[in-house]
Amino acid sequence: MDFVGILLSSLSFLLDPTTIAYALATLGLALHFGFGGLLNMGMAGFMALGAYGYAIGILYFGLPWYLAAFVGIGAAIVFALILGIPTLRLRGDYLAIVTIAAAEIVRLLLLSSAFGWFTGSADGLSGFNGPGGTVTNPHEGAGGFDQSNPIPDGTYGFVPFLDNERTWYLRIVGLSILAIAIFVVWRLVNSPWGRVIKGIREDEDAVRSLGKNVFAYKMQVLVIGGVIGALGGLMLAFSTNVNSSVYVTSLTFFLWTALLLGGAATVFGPLAGSIIFWVLQAFLGLLFPALAKAGLMPFTTIQASQVKFVIVGFALVLLVVFRPQGLFGSKKELTFVK
Amino acid sequence: MRRGVHRLVSALGAVFLAFGILALATPAHADVVNPEMPFKISGNVQNNGEPIGGVTITVTGAAGFTATVPTDADGKFTVGVPEKSADYTVTLDETTLPEGIAVVDNPATPFVEANVQAVTVGPGGRSTMNFFIGQGERHTVSIADQIVQRLISGLNFGLMLALASVGLSLIYGTTGISNFAHAEMVTFGAVATFALVQLFGPAMLWLAIPLALVLSAGLGWGLDAALWAPLRRRGMGLVQLMIVSIGLSLGIRYLYQFFIGGSTEQLPGSDAERFKLFGTVTLSFTDILSMALSVLLIVVFAWWLTFTKIGKATRAISDNPSLAAASGIDVDGVVRIVWIIGSLLAGFSGILWAYFRPGIRWDMGGQILLLIFAATTLGGLGTAYGALIGSIIVGILVESSSLIIPSDLKYVGALVVLIGILLFRPQGILGRKERVG
Repeated sequence: MDFVGILLSSLSFLLDPTTIAYALATLGLALHFGFGGLLNMGMAGFMALGAYGYAIGILYFGLPWYLAAFVGIGAAIVFALILGIPTLRLRGDYLAIVTIAAAEIVRLLLLSSAFGWFTGSADGLSGFNGPGGTVTNPHEGAGGFDQSNPIPDGTYGFVPFLDNERTWYLRIVGLSILAIAIFVVWRLVNSPWGRVIKGIREDEDAVRSLGKNVFAYKMQVLVIGGVIGALGGLMLAFSTNVNSSVYVTSLTFFLWTALLLGGAATVFGPLAGSIIFWVLQAFLGLLFPALAKAGLMPFTTIQASQVKFVIVGFALVLLVVFRPQGLFGSKKELTFVK
Repeated sequence: MRRGVHRLVSALGAVFLAFGILALATPAHADVVNPEMPFKISGNVQNNGEPIGGVTITVTGAAGFTATVPTDADGKFTVGVPEKSADYTVTLDETTLPEGIAVVDNPATPFVEANVQAVTVGPGGRSTMNFFIGQGERHTVSIADQIVQRLISGLNFGLMLALASVGLSLIYGTTGISNFAHAEMVTFGAVATFALVQLFGPAMLWLAIPLALVLSAGLGWGLDAALWAPLRRRGMGLVQLMIVSIGLSLGIRYLYQFFIGGSTEQLPGSDAERFKLFGTVTLSFTDILSMALSVLLIVVFAWWLTFTKIGKATRAISDNPSLAAASGIDVDGVVRIVWIIGSLLAGFSGILWAYFRPGIRWDMGGQILLLIFAATTLGGLGTAYGALIGSIIVGILVESSSLIIPSDLKYVGALVVLIGILLFRPQGILGRKERVG
């Protein structure tokens, strides 16, 4: 068993583009739930819209990649508005059920063969980051994400971050987006606006009696958090093809686990939680099959690769029961309002 | 049977789509026409999972593009086509099929001749067209027959959903938990039956099912004793409880996958003969037994809830837990019983779901969890009778919606109804307004 190899490939997830994508989505969730008290169980839907909006913007509208990104963001905003208008007046757990249902509707529509000509159905969409141009108007080398990469071809860095120019470009773009998003969230939650939304989380009626439009504030939280979630989806689309099988309900639950691990009502908690969660996931996902293969665990290798998910589930239970404020949260800043 | 074939073929199709990239990377085994062309249409011709070779497939497209290919020994064909994002027509020459079988309607594309299918090669440059072959000559099904068939099927599905959702609703009513792990309680019934059948042999199904129900009830007892009762005593908030149930759901779900793997298993009797009711409407023995047992169990449950002392206490707690506790009702004891009964009903629903799907899978409960939530919300969260009505409406809606919309979107209709009902009547059909805060 190559323990060092396993350790190094797990550590590469510290700076993996997908980890950055999930950290963005978790940050959006932190704004929704940790600061705004909104139980959004449909973050996967926001991510899916970000990713598909971007891919469709390039493939069907012929937009350059940086403009296509706004199609994804716009789709997430529209989704947030459609979702928010009927449900934000309802109690928390209703919102949870509606958001989870809405995210499933998005996924099923993207998966359906009825719209296969547009969404690629189970195949998903691909070829939008390269120079292929649009479906209707193929033009070489125009505006793709890969063409915007200023880094010369080659391999850079050191183990475990020894990667080609594309991965490094993804990391730089992803970390820049993440840094901006963290800064924006940090400024927002420490502004007067942030105090109002924290007030809404604690006691909606009290804030309403101060003359604030609670519904409007909640809607703003839903939209801004949703946009950050869509940025996570965009990041995934920058790095690989889009496929509806990624944006399942389990993804939302994993984001929640990462969020609660780091601390829901913190700005850096989502980042820390995501990194710990996905590095640990990668580590366990490699370690258990390797142990099983070496005969040190009484399972088959296929079974061993499932064990990490079982651990995630029960870890979420223990986390919520014993440390609801997360690793980096403070108990004073309540994360769960009764 | 025919539904089984459809599901098998569509499952195969899904696998082929999912591994489409892989299939392109490896040398193609199928007969390939125009391999030099950049984009591809490929597919499978199968009858009951048996590949049919030597069937002539013709692909036509814009600008006079025509290609003809026979299927290979594995029933596969691949045709290179000149352009992506274009429409093609794939025709299966029915005269080249063996005697006595024909292409049956693909439920996803109901309005096209079965052996002539329109295929769009999307931006991915690949497309798959699988032909569904069935026994006998092609028959036309009248609209009335289709509607009756869907209504019966929907009623069956709805009754099955009801068994799961009355439990969910009672648990919500008495404890306030939106129990996401209910899906795993549903799966548990089916998995336990499967495990017992493996242990005793298929002939002992009559014993395996009651034992599985006892185990299901035990699961409810165990979950409440080990997890929910201690959390109640800690006075944990509702949102926390909900997230605990999500974690529990994930953990148990992957535990099932750990033990039974990712494949679909069948219970004995799932291939029961279908007999003709009238016209083309068919029913199987398991369908009838399933509906009869559901009705029986629901009637017994309703009697229990309405007339027994504990049933009355349950409804009292649902109405107002503090008042119920003040009037001397042992809230903790009643909640324990609610968990046991809820879990037992969910387990039975899981067994029926295993016959309805058909098949047992580790995530089978998760597939209908949102429909169960939709049914409970539609009827009014916390009301048992409401959940019953909501389930039957959702069941019939889901099954009959595939007459109008593509069948892979049939759950979407129910989920849209879920959101719609929250918009116009958030308390549900039988709920009271004060429940919604």
